[in-house]
Amino acid sequence: MWEITVEAIRLIARGDAEVLEIAALSLRVTAASVLASCAIGMPLGAAVGAFAFPGRRAATAALSALMGLPPVVVGLAVYLLLSASGPLHWLDILYSPAAMVLAQTLLVTPLVAALTREVVAGRAAEYRDLFASLRAGPLLRLRALLLDARGALATVALAGFGRAIAEVGAVIVVGGNIAHHTRVMTTAIALETSKGELELALALGLILLGISLGVNAAVMLLRGPSGALAA
Amino acid sequence: MSGAPPPLIEARGLTVEAPGETPRRRLLDGVDLAVPAGGRLVVMGPNGAGKTVLLRALHGLVPHGGTLLWRGRPAPPGPRRGQALVFQRPVLLRRSVLANLRFALAAAGAPRRVRTPRAEAALGEAGLLHLAHRPAAVLSGGEAQRVALVRALLAAPDLLLLDEPTASLDPEATRAVEALLARAAAAGTALVLVTQDPGQARRLGGEGAILRRGRIAARGPVAALPVGGAWGPLDDGGPAGLGAAP
Ligand SMILES: Nc1ncnc2c1ncn2[C@@H]1O[C@H](COP(=O)(O)OP(=O)(O)OP(=O)(O)O)[C@@H](O)[C@H]1O
Ligand SMILES: [Mg+2]
Repeated sequence: MWEITVEAIRLIARGDAEVLEIAALSLRVTAASVLASCAIGMPLGAAVGAFAFPGRRAATAALSALMGLPPVVVGLAVYLLLSASGPLHWLDILYSPAAMVLAQTLLVTPLVAALTREVVAGRAAEYRDLFASLRAGPLLRLRALLLDARGALATVALAGFGRAIAEVGAVIVVGGNIAHHTRVMTTAIALETSKGELELALALGLILLGISLGVNAAVMLLRGPSGALAA
Repeated sequence: MSGAPPPLIEARGLTVEAPGETPRRRLLDGVDLAVPAGGRLVVMGPNGAGKTVLLRALHGLVPHGGTLLWRGRPAPPGPRRGQALVFQRPVLLRRSVLANLRFALAAAGAPRRVRTPRAEAALGEAGLLHLAHRPAAVLSGGEAQRVALVRALLAAPDLLLLDEPTASLDPEATRAVEALLARAAAAGTALVLVTQDPGQARRLGGEGAILRRGRIAARGPVAALPVGGAWGPLDDGGPAGLGAAP
């Protein structure tokens, strides 16, 4: 146990090429999918939170329900879409990082949208009469609501990041854990552990842990000493 | 055709019902009023009389019954172009004062490059330039009220609806707000002002109305209205409201 830990730390400290490659791909795939999820999910969630429209309650419920999608099922769905007989086979991205980004985006977007809706809904009610009085159009309203909630939305993005980077089920199905191509931290940990390569698994696990703690700390700093959301 | 222009805003038998209540309860019950372009109307009355509801109905924030004419035509639904409302409780976006004013200009369709200079000029005129970069969330109640007024004046409305705009202001700030209102009035903006301050009503002058239980109980030139002291004398002759017949 002790030797494994020392060896894992040594792997990280000397910048082992394989460890770095896997960690870098994890970060790239996760960052891309969180960006896409925020770009889609934040305006979507804000719109559901801000505007009265028929079916709003159903939309709210749907977002919450989709938040709990089982990753493996999402992976399977994306697999079926991208596989040779699937409607998106012409994209030719199965077992590539792009497929992993697609799967993680599907997984994280409902989470981002549902959390954004919660963040925005209260303030939208507070601002409703003002927006109406100023005759602000829907796009201006959405932008204002998102901008005013930016502190809380940083936390939302973080939650999305946390879900995406720690996720195994979807990326292993559509990525396949191919060395030097689609092998990310979670899939490598799962694989290397089962192969008994505990040093590499632990090294990657420590990095994963460090990233999670680091991102959390960054958001705390972003919020300022009082813990209040940025004004 | 009569030569006289129609009032800027005119209500005939204006009613507002409490939303979603059965039996129906009228918050406004047959209000008649008219304000000419550039005119002013001071509305007073006890708490809960319906003053805020009246302003919201005139502005188009709540559905109403009866007739409401804006510039001589049936008022279109929703807040009308050319009107601005200063809320009793100021609502400011969670950003700097300047950004709040820029937002109002953006909503009014002002081109991006003129927003900052116009916002700064408006703050300067109101003597509030030192607040420009303050987050709106940290403003005092009185400061927020004045910023909200500056924001309402930005679009140079033809009709400015004011809901107790000096309720939380110190005497000096009250004078400053009244000076702003006088300037807007001199520039041709019509005012409908709700106030609890008889002195302010007299200083502003013009037409006055006293609202009670959703109806206009008295109207006339402010100087002639029984606006001093308690509302009692209006209460079916009872003394100072206490023990008066309902
Ligand atoms: N949305 C609503 N639903 C039910 N009742 C309402 C609603 N809005 C206002 N009321 C009621 O209508 C009455 C008039 O309210 P309004 O806010 O206009 O009073 P006000 O004259 O402005 O009083 P104040 O001097 O305290 O500001 C009050 O009794 C209030 O409770
Ligand atoms: Mg009121």
